[in-house]
Amino acid sequence: MDYLLLLLVFPLIGSLACLLNHKAAKQTAFISSLITLAYAVVLLTKFVPDASRQFVVDYPWISQFGIHFKAGIDGISMIMVLLTTGLIPLIILSSFKRTFNYSSALYALVLFMQFGLLIVFTALDGFLFYVGWEIALIPIYFICAIWGGADRIRVNMKFFIYTFAGSLFMLLGIIFLHLQTPGNSYDIGAFYALNLDAASQAWLFWCFFIAFAIKMPIFPFHTWQPDTYTTAPTMGTMLLAGIMLKMGIYGVIRWLIPIVPIGFMEWKELAIILSIIGIVYASIIAFKQKEIKRLVAYSSIAHVGLIAAGIFAWNAEGVQGAMIQMLNHGINVIGLFFAMDIIIDRLNTQDSSQMGGIAKVAPKFAIALLIIILGTVALPLTNGFIGEFLLLNAVYQYQIWFAAVAGLTIIFGAVYMLRMYKHVMQGELNELTSKFKDIKGSEILVMGIICTLIIIIGVYPKPILNISAAAVNTLIAQVNNKLAF
Amino acid sequence: MNSLIVISILAIVVLYLGLFKAKNAVLPVTIFGLVAALVLSIMEWNSGASPIYSGMMLFDNFAVAFSSLTIVSTILILLLSKNYFEKISENVAEYYTIILFALAGILVMVSYHNMAMLFVGLEIMSVSLYILAGIKKRDFASNEAALKYFLMGAFSTGFLLFGIALIYGASHSFDLDVIKQYVIDRPTGIDPMFYVGIVLMIVGLSFKIGAAPFHFWTPDVYEGSPTLITAFMSTVVKTAGFAAFLRLFSICFAPLAEDFWMPTLLVITILTLFIGNITALYQTNFKRMLAYSSISHAGYMLFAIVALGATSTNSVFVYAAAYSIASIIAFGVLILVKEQTGGENFDNFNGLGRKNPFLAFVLTISMLSLAGIPLTAGFIGKFFMFSTALAQYHIWLIVFAIINAVIGIFYYFKVIVAMYFKDTERKELTSTSYYKLVLSVSAIITIILGIYPSLITDLF
Repeated sequence: MDYLLLLLVFPLIGSLACLLNHKAAKQTAFISSLITLAYAVVLLTKFVPDASRQFVVDYPWISQFGIHFKAGIDGISMIMVLLTTGLIPLIILSSFKRTFNYSSALYALVLFMQFGLLIVFTALDGFLFYVGWEIALIPIYFICAIWGGADRIRVNMKFFIYTFAGSLFMLLGIIFLHLQTPGNSYDIGAFYALNLDAASQAWLFWCFFIAFAIKMPIFPFHTWQPDTYTTAPTMGTMLLAGIMLKMGIYGVIRWLIPIVPIGFMEWKELAIILSIIGIVYASIIAFKQKEIKRLVAYSSIAHVGLIAAGIFAWNAEGVQGAMIQMLNHGINVIGLFFAMDIIIDRLNTQDSSQMGGIAKVAPKFAIALLIIILGTVALPLTNGFIGEFLLLNAVYQYQIWFAAVAGLTIIFGAVYMLRMYKHVMQGELNELTSKFKDIKGSEILVMGIICTLIIIIGVYPKPILNISAAAVNTLIAQVNNKLAF
Repeated sequence: MNSLIVISILAIVVLYLGLFKAKNAVLPVTIFGLVAALVLSIMEWNSGASPIYSGMMLFDNFAVAFSSLTIVSTILILLLSKNYFEKISENVAEYYTIILFALAGILVMVSYHNMAMLFVGLEIMSVSLYILAGIKKRDFASNEAALKYFLMGAFSTGFLLFGIALIYGASHSFDLDVIKQYVIDRPTGIDPMFYVGIVLMIVGLSFKIGAAPFHFWTPDVYEGSPTLITAFMSTVVKTAGFAAFLRLFSICFAPLAEDFWMPTLLVITILTLFIGNITALYQTNFKRMLAYSSISHAGYMLFAIVALGATSTNSVFVYAAAYSIASIIAFGVLILVKEQTGGENFDNFNGLGRKNPFLAFVLTISMLSLAGIPLTAGFIGKFFMFSTALAQYHIWLIVFAIINAVIGIFYYFKVIVAMYFKDTERKELTSTSYYKLVLSVSAIITIILGIYPSLITDLF
């Protein structure tokens, strides 16, 4: 029985169902995503947290090039599958109070994107990985460009061109690797087994790195990001920040470092430095932002920069920290963008200087936003803490000064997030904000789930760390073995 | 061979149908005849053919595959012609006849085994096309197209013929096998005349496939000709040109690749890619954009000849199939848009997503396929080309190709942007059932080949 195949097929069916049932597309999409989530949880219960790949499906696809439809789940993929299947229902639920033109197409695209994302996170074949990578890109382009705000055509064209260019270089790398394999194969195992010379590894590193760095994004490949996040509809922003950028991080862990370890070692320092420049740069810009959605966008660059730095340090703490932080960042950033969406929708402005005192009229909203912000700034006992602690620890093991800069910047991050909270939620009410209505119905549900997750994971992160621990340790040992030769 | 005979007879039958005023029978008879030819062609698959008529023709699998592809494309294009030619002229039968004659020439071009047959096939096709380009007798642009095409075409044929003559001078034969043997027998000391012959043949064939720097006729001819004829020229004719090119180089000149013609062709390929793409970027006219983009697609297809190897035939076949089908969709939608909005510019596509979601959707698939996005046949074509080129370590060529693929996104997405993100206050846009049939069949083929390309890639 191909358990995994069902997981991939559910979103596709859901997507079609949304198109057919366009009177209640919202509900159809929500139910479909819940079924997928339930199925992912079933898989989780059957999942044995060791280093092996489970639920593997393997069908010949394009025999001439030895391409297989091969997918499977190990601990690393499991976290990503949980992230994707868990966040999509929240994202759909968060849109329940909005009405969209052509909503059936919108929800169909969201679920189609989920299909692509799940392929990316489970693929064990280079060609399949690339195909999933692009399948995830097309729907998000249309979501952002059709339902987005002003200037969306230009902004999204830039976004598409950036990511498409990056992924084509990755395709070049994948085909080149395939040609080096002895048995005409695109299998990830065959890629891992290759022993390429240092020169090829060095340029292959860049083929993959550019694709992943654009997706994450790492400085200086980030310029598409703030504009795209700001003009996209909130659902699009959530999909981009919550899930899609993790494709890049996952790619680094699965497809970049283990395949070209020598190339990676050669450029390791540069990669970490770029990540840390990204943290500092994004934090400084975020500090200056008056537009709240943009502020969150830049703070997201900073947090992702830390995840990237932790991975590039390449030790067990770093990768484990990255795994759990990907999940947490997904939850927190969705919460933040949802809160920003509620504020912007009700006040009809982005400018934080026109706001104030919302906490007085909307206490529930104020508490929820506070918990999310505390999670984002990584206060102990919230979910952000364990991840950022592990990540900083990893960078510290690599280079104490890098850790100092990164760590101080993260603290600095707390300043601008809390300052934003102060400007928006506290202080005196004004004419605009006094009419602010507190959250209710589905909004409370979404906020409640997010806050609960933030606290539960913050207090007891061990089960999640356990899922990926064995897989991460094996992967690191594998790479170190290869480097030892 | 049988399919060639059927098509030749069919052309004459259709001409007589026109003569006896049986206008309504023309299209059904043509389609029926072509389907019969297609079946006969496919039946010759794997028949282990050897050269026939004193080595003039060879109906091997290569010939069968490309004949079938060109016949299928022609059928799809002719299905779109219902009520199209009637608007241009009263003598509808002559269109079908000339197109069928062109197709007969094309079948010769993909199955020749002798340089003389290459020339004969090429000329049968070209002369038919000169007439087709100028068939709107009172239209200035059409006349210009025909004259340009004729002058340029005649020149290139001259080059080609001179090349053939020089090669004959060196090897004393027109037969492909003999020429191949001539090259193999002389690792050194091939007559210099032979090399000059190859260069002249490259020039002649590059004219026919519209590769830079011999591409100048393409945009004007494509724009001036009736749209359906343009569709025929940019799909069927281009496919045939590549098949002829590939057949010649893979059989005869393969051993000389590294030492001699590969660098030349590499330069032509890179020029073709960039010139086609960058010029396409600045077009506001959709038809002209397609013309320039067809130049850049010729560039991608040249990869297979530059990096001649085991997968070359397969790559050209897959790419040509994907490109032809996607182009047929694009031209088909263009015809409807032109008829009902009166223009061919990108602006005329504004709001199509709202006015006719079906047309907008199939055109989106076509554009995504031409741009090479996964799950469409166009991606598989590009993937095959990239693989073929990388197998010969042409890494820089692929880097150029990537830059061009990214440029391509700009102009293909212009249409998508116009259709979905821009509004217009025009009325509904309707399409007939024939169009719906052809467009949806083409779109489905595009997606099926994109998801499961093994259907056609395992052939060779």
